[in-house]
Amino acid sequence: MKTLSATRILFAAGALGLSLCTPALAQQTVKIGSVLSVTGPASFLGEPEDKTLRMYVDKINAAGGVAGKKIDLVIYDDGGDANKARTFATRLIEDDKVVAMIGGSTTGTTMAMIPVFEEAQVPFISFAGAVDVIDPVRKNVFKTPHTDKMACEKIFENLKARKLTNIAMISGTDGFGASMRGQCVKVAPTYGITIAAEETYGPRDSDMTAQLTKIKGVSGIQAIINPGFGQGPAIVTRNYAQLGMNATPLYQSHGVASKSFIELAGPAAEGVRLPAAALLVGDKLPDSDPQKKVVVDYKKIYEDTAKQPVSTFGGHAFDGLSILVEAMKRANSTDPKKIRDEIEKTKGFVGTGGIVNMSPTDHLGLDLSAFRMLEIKGGDWTMIPAGS
Amino acid sequence: MPEFFQFLVSGLTVGAVYALVALGFTLIYNASDVVNFAQGEFVMLGGMVTVFTSAAGFSLPVAALIAVGVTVVVGLLLYWLAIQPARGASAVTLIIITIGASILLRGAAQVLFDKQFHKLPSFSGDEPLNIFGAAVQPQSFWVLGGTALIVILLYVFLERTVLGKAVRATAANRLAARLVGINTTTVMALAFGGSAAIGAVAGILVTPITLTSYDVGTMLALKGFAAAMLGGIGSPLGAVAGGILLGLLEAFGAGYISSTYKDGFAFIVILVVLFAVPQGLFGRRMVERV
Repeated sequence: MKTLSATRILFAAGALGLSLCTPALAQQTVKIGSVLSVTGPASFLGEPEDKTLRMYVDKINAAGGVAGKKIDLVIYDDGGDANKARTFATRLIEDDKVVAMIGGSTTGTTMAMIPVFEEAQVPFISFAGAVDVIDPVRKNVFKTPHTDKMACEKIFENLKARKLTNIAMISGTDGFGASMRGQCVKVAPTYGITIAAEETYGPRDSDMTAQLTKIKGVSGIQAIINPGFGQGPAIVTRNYAQLGMNATPLYQSHGVASKSFIELAGPAAEGVRLPAAALLVGDKLPDSDPQKKVVVDYKKIYEDTAKQPVSTFGGHAFDGLSILVEAMKRANSTDPKKIRDEIEKTKGFVGTGGIVNMSPTDHLGLDLSAFRMLEIKGGDWTMIPAGS
Repeated sequence: MPEFFQFLVSGLTVGAVYALVALGFTLIYNASDVVNFAQGEFVMLGGMVTVFTSAAGFSLPVAALIAVGVTVVVGLLLYWLAIQPARGASAVTLIIITIGASILLRGAAQVLFDKQFHKLPSFSGDEPLNIFGAAVQPQSFWVLGGTALIVILLYVFLERTVLGKAVRATAANRLAARLVGINTTTVMALAFGGSAAIGAVAGILVTPITLTSYDVGTMLALKGFAAAMLGGIGSPLGAVAGGILLGLLEAFGAGYISSTYKDGFAFIVILVVLFAVPQGLFGRRMVERV
């Protein structure tokens, strides 16, 4: 008995020592959580996001951290599974006790995690595309990427300037394509646009000539819009050229805003227009552009460290982390509530996605100027002047 | 009318691919009663290996040969490492093994290659030809011609050579085949290798049109399987007919009815056919001997 109690005392002393140690450690680090789809079908989003976050957290820590504290970044990989994402979100709150969350690569995983962070009152900056994340506004939820609604508006704005009002849509039936199609149908009347023909294709379809032939047969179509991502839009573009439809302008979405689209679609991509973030045309921006420095710097750092071409998705992660770090600096605190209040007060933040001005009613803070209308010429992006 | 020809050509091209996948199913099913769900992965390997070897500097024909070789080796390994050790197991068990193999191959391709989409240049240019008002990619002729050639070769092999007759004998009755001195293990290995080669050729022919990535196999396997069922599983002629028919159904369904329901439309027709003729269009009528 005596030895036992001695051990007990020893344990108790050890436990006491540990409990004394923890706050001392906690004062030097601040925990930020992230759940990303690094593997699985959405890995093209999660992978660059993961690399970006690790890269920049290391940089911030090397420079002394935030308000004297080093960032301890906890990243979990949900593999694109919303159920897993929710489990990890709970773990971040209950076990890791993070002060803020950045991540959620897809709309699906983000929507599954929102209730967890709303209940725990921990700020959550998502990298998901859909407008549903911030509409209706939730107290603790923010996001950095442009919405599909903005992409529709940007395209329609351009169509209106070219006086093209009778259009056809061919959209993918995947989540991205279906959501953007819905938004486009909703905002079309505001711009006086009539959608005269609508076709769809499955995310794995390999031939869209049937759908395009049908569109070709409808008289008076002045432009074609193709909401979708992955290989679908590349095949649509190739079939569109094959059928000799080049007289009708083709608009793609920001979902294909990467060099691989030009590569896959080949010469057929010539003349295709699409709305995209400034990051894609960083080196072509005029020096007077406020975003020039940010996007050129990010592109260089990312490509030097990750050894792969920059994508807008990693840019969204960069924007999220930067907004959070700046809010923490302003709050000069690690209290989640104070950080949340400061994130909402973000004004004039220049990111890779655009200039962010948040408000209690707008947790995205981007306007249409965040999108640039690009045209593919000579196998590369070119900016088109406003109104043409 | 030009619309009709456009739909026809689209349907034939897509259908030819389904036919090749269905043919791969048929060959293995005949020799071993196994429905090989890794058939789609053979198509993926054909395309991806060609993309990566040609990117490494090999000319397209050499890259294509390497791809066929690699895929045949994978097919044989699948047989020797996974199917043969479990040869006593029921057909269902073997089918489940092939599903596992398909997941493994997809995962390996994701790690060895990458997760991006890739393309190959068309074999004879991208300038579309005008046939009765329909714009046709030259690559479509490669796909159709390649399919026809494979079907003819397979026919000659099965009907005119001793080895081919051994395959058919194994398909008809394995025990009897063994009794007359046919090495059924070799025949089955041959079937897996042959299926892999057909899949790889399909992958190489269609990649310039459909693009490829590590996970193109899943959908192709599903469509190819549906085509094989429609034509009557076990019948090479049925596989080709089923594939072409499925492609045409999809193209005309999308063109004349609705693109949203084109897959549904195709599958409804398949269901109706299978209700009327359960053994498929060209399938052997099963006779239960008592």
